[in-house]
Amino acid sequence: MTTYDATTVWALVAAVGVLTFLVRFSFVGLLGRFGDVPPWAERALGFVPVAVFAALVVPAVVTVQPTVTGTLTDDRTVAAAAAAVVAWRTENVLATIAVGMAALWTLRFVLPAVV
Amino acid sequence: MDRTAFGSGVRDALPVIVGIVPFGLVAGVAAVDAGFSLPQAVGLSVFVFAGAAQLATLSLVERGAPFVAVVATALAINLRMGLYSATIAPHFRKYETRWRALLSYLLIDEAFALALTAYRERDVDPRWYYLGAAGALWATWQVTTVLGVLLGTGVPDAWGLEFAVPLVFLGLLVPAIRSAPHLLAAVAAAAVAVYGAGWPFNLGLLVGTAVGVLTGLLAGAVRR
Repeated sequence: MTTYDATTVWALVAAVGVLTFLVRFSFVGLLGRFGDVPPWAERALGFVPVAVFAALVVPAVVTVQPTVTGTLTDDRTVAAAAAAVVAWRTENVLATIAVGMAALWTLRFVLPAVV
Repeated sequence: MDRTAFGSGVRDALPVIVGIVPFGLVAGVAAVDAGFSLPQAVGLSVFVFAGAAQLATLSLVERGAPFVAVVATALAINLRMGLYSATIAPHFRKYETRWRALLSYLLIDEAFALALTAYRERDVDPRWYYLGAAGALWATWQVTTVLGVLLGTGVPDAWGLEFAVPLVFLGLLVPAIRSAPHLLAAVAAAAVAVYGAGWPFNLGLLVGTAVGVLTGLLAGAVRR
């Protein structure tokens, strides 16, 4: 577990900022000094977003528990499943957030009060 | 300055801004959760100016991931901008280096998409159109970050506002699954990431991403 003091946070902001700028500036800045992106790299980059987003989302909403039922009925997992359906049907990030948060609040605050 | 092109860029950006507002608010809320001060949160939005990478950075900092793992993840998420850079470069060829540096700094998914569409369909000054569109998105991003920080400080923890971060990623992930190889890449990455959730240095995320990309490439090769 690392904790971030103010200096480390600023160093992190600078590191991510500089690297991101270099990626953005790469071809625009060094125009003509090297060729196009090779096709294999372009194919690999095409899979990076889905792979990173899946690796970020799923562990954040699924915690493996001793029983399958326990794993699947976690309130975050259920809310995320509802949000995934909305993301699939609407392809709209705003609607996805709205339904996911509403589902989480229903499971956390409304359902315990009713049942 | 070409006011017509600039104005046309701003106008085209307006519908996109509606979509960016909640994203920026979430980035501000997530910054509070990660222990960032207001200046640090704004610093991140100004220096990095890339929503998905910022949110990944913040959620990893909150989980106490090591510095190098955070930087590597943010870089992996932003590598796609290298493709945008290569694609848009011919339109910016004629400008001086300092202009090209400014235009590059503003390069995000939405600005790229708006600009390429406009360049393809209309005869518009590339620089000023782009500055109008990307500049409007930039200003929105900074304002909503500040609002998100103020909001995040005021809302009780039990509301679970930090849950909005994985929801944003979910909203980006699902529409990006455009083929069977993409689906396999996502499933493989997620499986490794869940299995490796307890690994040191957040290796679960990095290894999961690598396995996902390789799975996608293999599946794509088999299909072709």
